[in-house]
Order: sequence, then C-alpha cells, then structure tokens
Amino acid sequence: MDHKSGKPIKVSELIQEKKKSKNFNQTFEKLIPGILLGIAAISILTTIGILLTLLTETINFFREVPFLDFFTGTQLKPLGENAVFGVLPLLTGTLISTAIAMVVAIPIGLMTAVFLSEYASEKLRRTLKPMLEVLAGIPTIVYGFFAFTFVTPLLRSFIPGLEPTNILSPGLVMGIMIIPMVASLSEDAMSAVPNTMREGALALGATKLEVTWKVVVPAAISGIIASFVLGISRAIGETMIVAIASGSSKNFTFDVTQSMQTMTAYIVEVTGGEAAAGTTLYYSLYAVAMTLFVFTLVMNLLAQYISRKFREEY
Amino acid sequence: MKYIDAAQVQKKMGSRLFANNLAKTLFFLATLFGLLVLAVLIYRVLADGLGSLNMGFLTNRLSTDPERAGIMGAILGTLWLMLVVAPVTMILGVGTAIYLEEYAKKGRLQSFIQTNISNLAGVPSVVFGILGLTIFARALDLGSIVLAGGLTMALLVLPVVVVASQEAIRSVPQFLREASYGMGATKWQTVKNVVLPASIPGILTGVILALSRAIGETAPLVVLGIPALLIPLPEGIFDRFTILPVQIYYWTLDSALVAEYANLAAATIVILLIVLFAMNSIAIIIRNKFQKRF
Amino acid sequence: MAVLTDREKTMMKQETQNAEETPKRVVYNTKDLNLWYGEGHALKNINLAINENEVTAIIGPSGCGKSTYIKTLNRMVELVPTVRISGEILYRERNILDKNFKVEDLRTRVGMVFQKPNPFPKSIYENIAYGPKIHGIRSKKILDEIVEKSLRGAAIWDEVKDRLNQNAYGLSGGQQQRLCIARCLAIEPDVILMDEPTSALDPISTLKVEELVQEMKKDYSIIIVTHNMQQAARISDKTAFFLNGEVIEFANTDKIFSNPSDKRTEDYITGRFG
Repeated sequence: MDHKSGKPIKVSELIQEKKKSKNFNQTFEKLIPGILLGIAAISILTTIGILLTLLTETINFFREVPFLDFFTGTQLKPLGENAVFGVLPLLTGTLISTAIAMVVAIPIGLMTAVFLSEYASEKLRRTLKPMLEVLAGIPTIVYGFFAFTFVTPLLRSFIPGLEPTNILSPGLVMGIMIIPMVASLSEDAMSAVPNTMREGALALGATKLEVTWKVVVPAAISGIIASFVLGISRAIGETMIVAIASGSSKNFTFDVTQSMQTMTAYIVEVTGGEAAAGTTLYYSLYAVAMTLFVFTLVMNLLAQYISRKFREEY
Repeated sequence: MKYIDAAQVQKKMGSRLFANNLAKTLFFLATLFGLLVLAVLIYRVLADGLGSLNMGFLTNRLSTDPERAGIMGAILGTLWLMLVVAPVTMILGVGTAIYLEEYAKKGRLQSFIQTNISNLAGVPSVVFGILGLTIFARALDLGSIVLAGGLTMALLVLPVVVVASQEAIRSVPQFLREASYGMGATKWQTVKNVVLPASIPGILTGVILALSRAIGETAPLVVLGIPALLIPLPEGIFDRFTILPVQIYYWTLDSALVAEYANLAAATIVILLIVLFAMNSIAIIIRNKFQKRF
Repeated sequence: MAVLTDREKTMMKQETQNAEETPKRVVYNTKDLNLWYGEGHALKNINLAINENEVTAIIGPSGCGKSTYIKTLNRMVELVPTVRISGEILYRERNILDKNFKVEDLRTRVGMVFQKPNPFPKSIYENIAYGPKIHGIRSKKILDEIVEKSLRGAAIWDEVKDRLNQNAYGLSGGQQQRLCIARCLAIEPDVILMDEPTSALDPISTLKVEELVQEMKKDYSIIIVTHNMQQAARISDKTAFFLNGEVIEFANTDKIFSNPSDKRTEDYITGRFG
C-alpha cells in the first residue's frame, strides 16, 4: 500500500478519541426531539390562539347583545346610537353567494374532472391540468377586480335591475375560482378507481359515458362529495371578491340583484374602519368571525368524515 | 327464448353512442370554460393595465393623483413581508414535518397534530387576520408593521409547507436512512445529512408555493389594519407597510370615484401575476428536475 | 471478565494473527435470543457463538429469520416499531441489548452492507467520507487518506479514482455495492454484517464481491446472510442453517455441506425444499 503520509492512520482510534470529546453534540442530540416537538406545537398553539381570541371577545359581545337577538335578528346597523346587531343579513349574504358559486362550480368542476379523468388523452390532460392550476393560483383579489370591473358591467347589460354592487356577480366569479378545486379533487378520486373496474364494464359493451356514470362516479362518490363540501367551505370563507363586488349594504333579502354583505366582507369593513377596542362594534367582529369559523370548521370536518368513512377499498 | 334481443341492442346502440359523443363534447366545453374565463381575465387585466405600466409607475410612491401614483412602496412592502414569511414558515414548517415524519411515535399526539394542521388549512384567511390583529398587532402591541403581517402570513401558509415537506421527507427511501444508521450515525445526523438533503427539492417547491400564496393574500392584511394610503417607504420589518394586493384592493374600491384607479389596479395586477408566474415556474422547474431520483 | 480497552483488543487481534494455532476469539455470542414482530415469533431461542476473523454464513429459506438475525446484531431491527426482543447478544463480552448500550457506538464498530446497494445521492468521495465525518473527523488530509484507503480496501479504487467527485448513482450496481463496502470500511469496523450483498448483482460483480470478502477476513470478522448455498460454501468458514426462526445446525462449512448432522439441513442444501 502506498500511503501519502508515512504511517498509516488508525481511523477507529481517531473516532474513539472524538467520541470522548463529543459531549456537547450528545446533549444537543437529546434536545432535538424536544425542540422539534416545540416547533410542531406551534400549529396547535395557532389553533388555540384562534379559538381563545374568538371566544373571549365573542363572550364579551354576548354580554351586550343577547344571543337570540344576534342569531334571529334581521337587522344589522352596527353604527350610530341605536346600533342593532342581527347576523341574519350576513348569513343570507354568505349562503346566497355560496349557493351561486356552487351552482357554477359543482357541475362545471365535475364535468371537467370527468373529461380529464375519463375522456382526455394523456397528452391533452398534461396540457390542460397545469392551465387549470394557473386558474387556481390567481389571487382572489384579482378575481374581485374581475368581478367588479368586468362581470358586473357585463351582467348589467342584459339584467337591467342589477345594481352596481350585487351578490350575483361575485357569486359567479367565486364559482369560477372554485372550479379547479372541485375538478382537481374529484379527478383524484376518479383516477383512483382501478382500471379493472372500467374494463369490466367496457368489455360488456358499455359506452364511456355509461362507464363513467354507472361505474366510475359511484365508485369515487365519497371523494367527489368531499370535493363539493370543501368547495362550499372555501366559498363561505372567501373574502376579497365579495368585499369588493357585493358592496356593504346589510340588506336582509333573497334578491340576488341586490347588494348584500357576507360575514367575511363585514369583518373586512369593520376592521378597515379601525373599530376602537372595547366597543360593541369591535366585539361584533369576533362574534361574526366565530360564526364564520364554526361554519367552515363544520364543513371541513364533514369533508374529512365523508372521505374517511366512505373510503373505498379497491 | 333469448333474453337479449340483438336487434334491439343494435337499434339502441346508435343513440347510446350519440349520447356518449354529446357528453364528451359537453365535458370538453366545460373544461374549456374555466380556461376561457382565464383568458378573458388576463386579457382584461392587460387591456386595462398596460397603459399605466411604465418605469414611473414602478418607482413612484403612492399618490392620490393617478398620473403620479406608483407602487414602489407596495413592492418594497411585499419584499419585506416575504423576508419575514420565508424563514419563519420554513423553520416552523420543516421542523413540524421532521417531527411528524421522523421523531413522533405513531399515536394520539402525532395524529392530533396532523389533524390540527389539516383543519388549520381550512380556516378562512380572514380569521387569521383577526388572530394577527388581536395577538401580534394589539396584544404584543406591534401595530400593523411588517413583522406582525409576516408572522400572520407565516401561520396562514404553514400547512402548505408542512404538507409539502412531509411528502418530500416520506419519499426519501428507507434504505438511505438504514445506510446512515448502519454507519453509527445518530437520528439527527441522519436527518441532517441524509434525509434533508434528499428532500430539499420537494421542500423548496412547497416553500415557493406557500410564498406565492402569501404574496397574493389580501384579507389578513386588510384586517390587520394596513392603511389605504401610506407615504413613507418601509425600510425594515418594524415599519408600517402596504403590499401589492392590498393596493389593488383600495384602488379597485376607489375606482367607483376615480375611474383611472381601475387602470392602476390592473397595472398592479399585471406586476403581481408576473411575480407569481415566475415563482410558480421556478417551483415547477425544481419539481421536474428532481423528480424520481431514487 | 472485565471489558477490554481498544488497545488491548488490537493487541489481542495481532496476537491471534501471529499465532495461527491459538483458538479464535468469540466476537458475537448470542444467548437465548427471542424476537417478535408484533405477535409473530420471528427468532426462537437462538444460541450462536461467532468467531473473529472468520466468515460466518447464515443460510436458510426466505422468512427463516436470517435477515432479522443479522439486523439484530447491530440493532437495525429496532427500526421496525412493533419489534420485541429478549435474551442476550454479547459483542466483545458486552450485552448490546442492554438499555444503556449506545447503538451508535455499536454501529460504529459493526458495519453493515445491505441487500440492495444503497449509496447516498452524493459524490463517491462524500459517500466514503460520510462515516468519518459524522464521527467528527474534519481534516481534509485525513479524509483524503481514508477515502483512498477504503476504496482500495474494497478493490474499487482504480475504477473510480478519476471521478471521486461524481455522483455515486452513476456507478454500476456492482460498483455501487463495492462502494458501500468501502463506505463501511472507512470507519474501520471490527465486524462487517452483510445482508445478501450480492442478491441484486450480476454474476461477475458477485464474483468480485466474493473475492473481496475472502480478502477482507484477514482484518475483519464477517457475517454474511445469503440465499445462495454455493456462495456460502465458497466463501465461509462456518455456516449456520436457519429454519422457521430457529438455528437448526451450526458448524464448519465443510461439515455442513458434506456431512450435515440434521436431516432438515440435508434436505435444504440438496434443494429438496426452500
């Protein structure tokens, strides 16, 4: 052996020497799991933080406004001496905008998913999917701009009674925004259906459409429904589109041509006005946020439950 | 007697195939609908915004005069914000992912943290704004400065980084860990020297996607109390600031009063979309380059 | 008996090499080892004494526990969360299953080569330097020396010396496996465990690895799991036959393959089952 240096080195001895002087590293090694657990706990602290801030101020709010008045009140006049806090105008605003959005997002999203999963060639799929991802990646503020400066004027040209700010236009645009989400999650569910099931039906002479509706969609139904529920949750929590395009009238109405306010838009409006801490107006922010939080949480848990409970075993 | 009448089947086959073709066309049109809207949206933004887009617009400060208004402040604010969000969310996200994938025992605590993260991902961003307003801006008395906004955003996009990092770490084959343990490496040495280097492309992709989400978010920062008009440029993370999407928001709202503001909003959107497009391209390049190496 | 210092061990080793006639020392002594994966009883009452500076082969049909056993020798088996172990494994007179025994120390002294070549996605140089580095050796000069020595020791130096900074994934499967052996040698282990090291290799690469194993037994004690009986016969001094988690027979390789005392061993090596 031709070693560069004179005498061969004994690595094992070197290692033993180093081992003795490595106390610092050993302590560090022991601390690591604790440090990492601490970091992981921050996500839990975040949840606790959200719950605590919402709860404490919501309780303060209900000290001043009776619980029932809040949830059954059809009038919301947060400013002035005779302020009235009824959440129903915001709830209807939220539910109507969500409903409009889902009328757009569910059928188009599902059809897109079916096309991508069942009909499109691999090449076409690989072109279309990234484009849909672009649609999903557009910030909601851009959709808000689009709804306010383009969709509303367009709709007004053939719906004469439509107000400059209304719930219809942001609802539709929200639906478009949610299409990629519904499409992508539903497509994942359908792609997970094994090909053997499709082949079984195709071999009996079924058309692709029949295979899709009678085999693939039923097999993937839990994933598909979960995608709808997540879409609803997303629509309920969506803020900027409605904050821009549906105005701030706190009307209690079911007329979609009218301006309405959603829970999210109310939060933006009230904080934007820098409500002074300690006022009922300030507390109302938290009560509305709490309601919003509960709504979306229920939807998310429902989606998780559906996809877990009805998970198909192939 | 035959159960299946071949003639009947033959007769119906035509209409079945027609229905199939009709459905195929319909599904294709539905797919195109989303893309069509995307095209119209981009066209509208360009048509409205390109006219206002010039060097002055990029380098000027905010102003009520549409002729002189620029987005220098919003650009700087966005940069400062990312300077807070990137390290915070990366340390928290990757640390959480390492804990869940490498250290946590499969059990209640681990699945609790996991469920909690997926629920956090579903909390509306405006609620994070309230958290930031209450804790960072008011309780810690930071006010609506870059640091407060950055911490709020970091928590908001944390689930994205955690989930992406977990996937990246999980895709590191077990045999690499075994090789390292077999050399007498400790767990942390293995994580630091083998697992993290091998999963860094996936983690980076996740971080970039999280940042591009943060760059486009508006609601949390509006709730945090970012003012509509702000003259001094932010010089650090303790300064008050504005960011591109918030500026778009205020200009869009005010376009009802001053029509030119709509063009300024559109021009700002062009800049925002260019930044997002660049970030996503980088993420895709990283993802494709390092796909399936093992 | 008191625990030996490393110097004493080294001296002993040299003595053993000098005097061929002295009986070989036991490096691994397994006593009443039992191992369960959840409810499955994978190893049953294993008793084995493995000598130093020999090649000990472990053979047996799939699922007989031979891989589990070798992974217990450096406690890699504990990476499986549901595993339970009882009994003793004495490595150089110390029970490695003792709670206070540091696995990192054990694995520094006991190297392992795996079924599939598993180089790190790093350069050839970094693969070899990995072990010394994690054990605190930082000097570039010493590392250079270790890399060369280890690659020579694994008979792959001439093939890779001009591309030490290239990614190890560019090597062929056989070269990768020898690289993994070199990586193992870099921390100068006392024992090398090999878990079917040639099962993923072509015949020529297999031959090279076998020659290498023969060469290495001068300096190391080698325990090799193999499903290939010809390989066990070719390269090992002792052979243990495992069946259903039990050691059926453990003897000199010559004896096992020419005159096994147990009927089941005979059935297995003559290919009647397995």
